[in-house]
Amino acid sequence: MNPILVACLRVLAGLGLMLLNGVVLIYMLRKVLGHLHVRLGPMNVGWHGTVQTVADVLKLLTKEDPTPRAVDKALYFLAPAVVFIPSLAAYAALPFSKTWAMADLATGLLFTFGIMSLVPLGILMAGWSSANKWSLLGGMRAVGQQIAYEVPLLLSALPVVLMVGSLNLNDIVAAQDKLWFFIPQFPALLLFVVASLVELNQTPFDMSEAESELVAGFSSEYASMKFGLLFLSEFSNLFIMAGLTVTLFFGGWSLPFIPAQIQAGFAPIVFVAKTYLVIFFFMWIRGTFPRVRVDQLQQLGWKVLLPANLAWLLVTGVAVKLVEAVAR
Amino acid sequence: MTQDPNLTAPVGAAVSEGAYVPAQLPVGLRRVPSGVDEVTTEHLVVNFGPQHPSTHGVLRMIIEADGEEVVGAEMSIGYLHRGIEKLAEHRRYNALGTLMDRGDYTSGIHGELAAAMVTEKLLEIEVPEKAHWIRSLMGEVNRIASHLVWYGTFGLDAGAMGQFLYAVRDREDLLDILEAVSGSRMMFNYVRPGGVLADLPAGIDQKLRAFVDIFDVHIEEHDQLLGGNEIFQSRVHGVGVIDKQTAIGFGLTGANLRASGVGFDVRRDRPYAAYEKLDFTVPMATEGDCWARYAVRMEEMRQSVRMIRQCLDGMPEGDFTAKVPKVLRPPAGEAYAAVESPRGEWGVHLVSDGSDTPYRLRYRPPALYALQVVEAIMPGSLIADAIVTAGSVDLVLGEIDR
Repeated sequence: MNPILVACLRVLAGLGLMLLNGVVLIYMLRKVLGHLHVRLGPMNVGWHGTVQTVADVLKLLTKEDPTPRAVDKALYFLAPAVVFIPSLAAYAALPFSKTWAMADLATGLLFTFGIMSLVPLGILMAGWSSANKWSLLGGMRAVGQQIAYEVPLLLSALPVVLMVGSLNLNDIVAAQDKLWFFIPQFPALLLFVVASLVELNQTPFDMSEAESELVAGFSSEYASMKFGLLFLSEFSNLFIMAGLTVTLFFGGWSLPFIPAQIQAGFAPIVFVAKTYLVIFFFMWIRGTFPRVRVDQLQQLGWKVLLPANLAWLLVTGVAVKLVEAVAR
Repeated sequence: MTQDPNLTAPVGAAVSEGAYVPAQLPVGLRRVPSGVDEVTTEHLVVNFGPQHPSTHGVLRMIIEADGEEVVGAEMSIGYLHRGIEKLAEHRRYNALGTLMDRGDYTSGIHGELAAAMVTEKLLEIEVPEKAHWIRSLMGEVNRIASHLVWYGTFGLDAGAMGQFLYAVRDREDLLDILEAVSGSRMMFNYVRPGGVLADLPAGIDQKLRAFVDIFDVHIEEHDQLLGGNEIFQSRVHGVGVIDKQTAIGFGLTGANLRASGVGFDVRRDRPYAAYEKLDFTVPMATEGDCWARYAVRMEEMRQSVRMIRQCLDGMPEGDFTAKVPKVLRPPAGEAYAAVESPRGEWGVHLVSDGSDTPYRLRYRPPALYALQVVEAIMPGSLIADAIVTAGSVDLVLGEIDR
């Protein structure tokens, strides 16, 4: 088959996956939060409200899309795309199974982090161009957060890379066939989850949206599908970060004690199921935790996460070398 | 938390040295941003409200911010002004409660009670014993309902969401009880001059007992859910400190005052209704920060539960209202009566000219005084802290704007 056609089909599959994911995750968020909050969530559209999200998407698509007069037009229109495209592109390296990935990159982990770090740029653009003071504050916070947490996030994934000796996500999964890394790398897992919560703008670190402080933060002035894109990319990022957590620490698409031949058949299902479990955990946090203050966030990033990451990296490095020396 | 030393501040005590002196801020709503030093930065003037998710109604705070730090704040109120005091001049005395309900809409019973008490004072009506007990009972039920609203929204201000819905779950039961007693969920108009509108309905005793039994468990859950959270604690400890002098100087009352170390509670120090016969402690704290106010209010709910039990056990037999004429014409004169509403001393000052409507009615909205303290202590804090502080003093704009 034509390689260009194959590439196009893969991108389309990725887009389809992302959109479907968005719809499913929005419904899941509402139901999970609902039940955490002793209420039912959507119940009326479809069986147990299953079609509610579809109705909402239709509403978003058909809504009037007013543009405030004072906005910086170019940036204002570009921002949702700058937020949306990286979170679509980040799907490329996620391994759904040994063979199911849009692209089997040698530097898959680095690629995912790199492309994800473009998202705050779009948030800053949205906040800056909206000509709204709350949006501006939200955008500003997003950048502060980005600077403080990009390094801890990368550092917390590094011990796993040290153990595997590869940045390829499939290699990382393959290296976990005996032992999932969350056991030897438990501190790294904790650090990774905290840093990715910040990266995702999730409670308790939803600083750039901060409803009770900044109204809706950077997305205050967006309506209709432009808002839809911002919203969708949030859920897509959630899936990617959860997927990375699964890949790095919970054995990706593999299951223990089951022969590889049998596993190959339903590996993508295993991967998605694990990812959704991690997402459920993120939503659980979202339903119960208050928000940290903006200066506390910075302190946590620079004074706690960064030194802790460095220390753990050192420990892992020494341990890896020792194991190698013993094996030799 | 210290438990009730008999630390009663003398009413009208002069504010001594070291009292809070408000900073000299430019007056007026159109504040011009003042630049900072030689750097080309500019302060941001943001309108916090009247449409904003955490203004507790329609409060407008004009915040001058240097980045995230508040350098000046101005409260702009009146967006919910309905002219309650003026309207009261055209209502007969029996109907004053209707207006009071709409002042502090989360604790209607207390507003009604103050209006009824001041009318009784002018008319020198002897209220039957049972009415006193019912008033205390319903007052405490309403206090828990009101504190639950505060608890839920305080958490919302801190960015959490779950506790709000858990609070509403319990409040729902309370509103059902209040509805069974008064016929309405919020605008009760139940306490009338001379007593109360109607006797307690049959079966309310079991309903209330069932509620307090379950609430004994739920209150600990609430306390754990929000107060037990590390992040929440770090958000409220040492934030929004109102020291004793400032609190007295601004005329704070209620839980806000008691959290600053002054033990004044109208229920204990100028008893009304059946409070003289009830056994309760007045929770106190000395830190004066948001955590102290949180802890005091949570403890107050526990005390209210105690009082509800006592009221149910000790409810006397007899009439629920005194014989009062249909149209009340108090003799010319004036009177003041105060109750301890969930927000503090809710007083009604009434001037009568001998006709069937008041000549003038003024009520003392406790949250208005709290609002002014917040305005004074806000500069220097972060925007996020300012919101938590405003949430911690329990503002109800219906009461403030009148």
